Amino acid sequence: MKVIDPHIHMVSRTTDDYLALAINGIHTITEPAFWAGFDRRGVDGFHDYFHHLTVTEPARAARFNIKHYCWIGLNSKEAENQKLAGEVLRIIPEYLDRPTVLGLGEIGLNKNSRNEINVLEMQLEIAAKRNELVLIHTPHLEDKLKGTRIIMDMVLNEKRIKPSRVLIDHAEEHTIGEIKEKGFWFGLTLYPNSKGSPERAVDAVEAYGSDNICINSSADWSVSDPLATVKCANEMRRRGHPEALIQKVFYENPKAFLSQCPKFKAG
Amino acid sequence: MENSPMPAKQALELYFLDNRARLLEIASFLDRIDRYKDSAAAKDDFRYKSFMKALKLIIGTEKDRTINVQLLFSDLTAEPIESAAGLKAFGAWEGTFSEGN
Ligand SMILES: [Zn+2]
Repeated sequence: MKVIDPHIHMVSRTTDDYLALAINGIHTITEPAFWAGFDRRGVDGFHDYFHHLTVTEPARAARFNIKHYCWIGLNSKEAENQKLAGEVLRIIPEYLDRPTVLGLGEIGLNKNSRNEINVLEMQLEIAAKRNELVLIHTPHLEDKLKGTRIIMDMVLNEKRIKPSRVLIDHAEEHTIGEIKEKGFWFGLTLYPNSKGSPERAVDAVEAYGSDNICINSSADWSVSDPLATVKCANEMRRRGHPEALIQKVFYENPKAFLSQCPKFKAG
Repeated sequence: MENSPMPAKQALELYFLDNRARLLEIASFLDRIDRYKDSAAAKDDFRYKSFMKALKLIIGTEKDRTINVQLLFSDLTAEPIESAAGLKAFGAWEGTFSEGN
């Protein structure tokens, strides 16, 4: 089967992981810009990171015939330093022009602070002006519901951005209903220990239907699994779901969302 | 709804042992809190209280157990906070136990 993982952080993974993706049918991936695990000291750190995302990783992926796309943005965890945030926002457009960049992401909220909201607002302005796709990071744990609601209000107030061109990621049971109702795409993240399991992700497909859903591994530098998507597909299979439905969730859906950016071609 | 064609009895068979093990993990976690020193301080923590309330919610409701547990652990306010500097997430919300909730 063919799988697209729309959210995976390959800068944090080994080349062995590229081989594992390739031999398991994951031939197209998209990598959002995110937090490095520490706050970067200056704008040069972001130049290097965006170069890594737009030049180094696509080349590393190509050796395994994997198509690597990315998203450029300033993550919410680095929004409290407003001076640096302003400098980073100024360099974002030059990277958005690069051939494998699909839009702004992952941008959003972490603790739902005013500085985070301010930085998100400025990035939504860039997205609106350039008609870019948007990949949204929602807060984890107790902050998720509140943050998801604030983000959705902000996007819906920006009339130039259509909800159908925004994917709200890291959705969970208590946020899926509201996200779907407002016309956004939503992502479910499979993360051992702290986020969703394959069982709960398939429960969500069963409870909310298979439209507008994308399932991702979000594999990064923490405890995570780059093969989580195919393992979740297998969970659907073991419950007796038809192959066509599995293909829709793990390939056709992300392809449909991502293809709204003309640079995207699924492998 | 796109439910699996699997009958509930078969789902029970498929997932019983995994979830039996998870239940024993929870029992063991709570025993550990009981057994360790200063147990009362841990039990006074909002995370412990939320956890116990969640267990009651799971057995006390007939549907939407997952959503109800998620809501119990969520910050239900709407106002942004002033600054996130130095803050982290806990997995439960202290406000659940303040007046009015
Ligand atoms: Zn991520």
